[in-house]
Amino acid sequence: MEVPYIVKEREDTGLINSKLGIWIFLASEIMLFGGLFSAYIFLRLAAPPGDFDYWASKLSVPMATVNTMILISSSVSMVMAWASLKLNDFSKYKMYMGITLLCSAIFLVIKYFEYTGKFHHGIYPSSSTFMAIYFTLTGLHGLHILGGIAVMLYFYLPISHGLWREQPEHFSNRVEALGLYWHFVDLVWIFLFPVLYLL
Amino acid sequence: MSTEHSKESIQEHIRVYIMVFGALAVLTVITVLASFLNVSTSEAIFLALIIASVKASLVAGYFMHLISEKSIIISILLLTVFFFFVMIFLPLISYTDHANI
Repeated sequence: MEVPYIVKEREDTGLINSKLGIWIFLASEIMLFGGLFSAYIFLRLAAPPGDFDYWASKLSVPMATVNTMILISSSVSMVMAWASLKLNDFSKYKMYMGITLLCSAIFLVIKYFEYTGKFHHGIYPSSSTFMAIYFTLTGLHGLHILGGIAVMLYFYLPISHGLWREQPEHFSNRVEALGLYWHFVDLVWIFLFPVLYLL
Repeated sequence: MSTEHSKESIQEHIRVYIMVFGALAVLTVITVLASFLNVSTSEAIFLALIIASVKASLVAGYFMHLISEKSIIISILLLTVFFFFVMIFLPLISYTDHANI
């Protein structure tokens, strides 16, 4: 059975179902991360003066800055991958999707070194309230990166060429939905970076 | 964003994406440099959140195409943003209440 309105827009919403679906999902994600940001504010207000500043100084700003640049680059390459499909250039799509995958993998590798650096110095989520919310927020964000990589791989592996050949419009709509998710992950990091590392 | 795109409009989009990328990179550097400024905590928070909000608006507006998106999606997001701020500020009200501020 074919899923309705995945290529042609619904008359009542003016949208394809997948796009409406991904936006509703992203709305729930805003609330998920919003709850944790709210927890961060509450914990910071209740912490002894200077406590959050002390523990935040243990984090690596250069590593996080590089990761911010990498995630922004991956967002651009993702949107360029979608644009390449709209220009019917599948080889360029593969190149840009490959760059996005590479950037997301580098992001996780840097995160791995950040985490293991902390563990090496005996810093764990249990070390302080700041570290608890730091590991929770960045851990959840990292899981979102992992989820994105899984879907990107599906749209990057050889199976993607068959999907594109059979239904190009449907395929580019799926990549657009993936892109919306990926930009949201980037957007969350844009706030996580100053809140956790710089303030 | 409509599913119908001419090649010219996509090429124009690509130019915008590259400009937005440049702006995001510059704003990231500014965010880091601003953290070295000798200002109070509240001023630093205000500055960092303003820059982050500009960056987020660029990503949402241009990469996520919200600038030309259908009204139903804008409505869903406005409702979400409303509840987001309720969620952010409700605990703060509780905090000020307990602290007798």
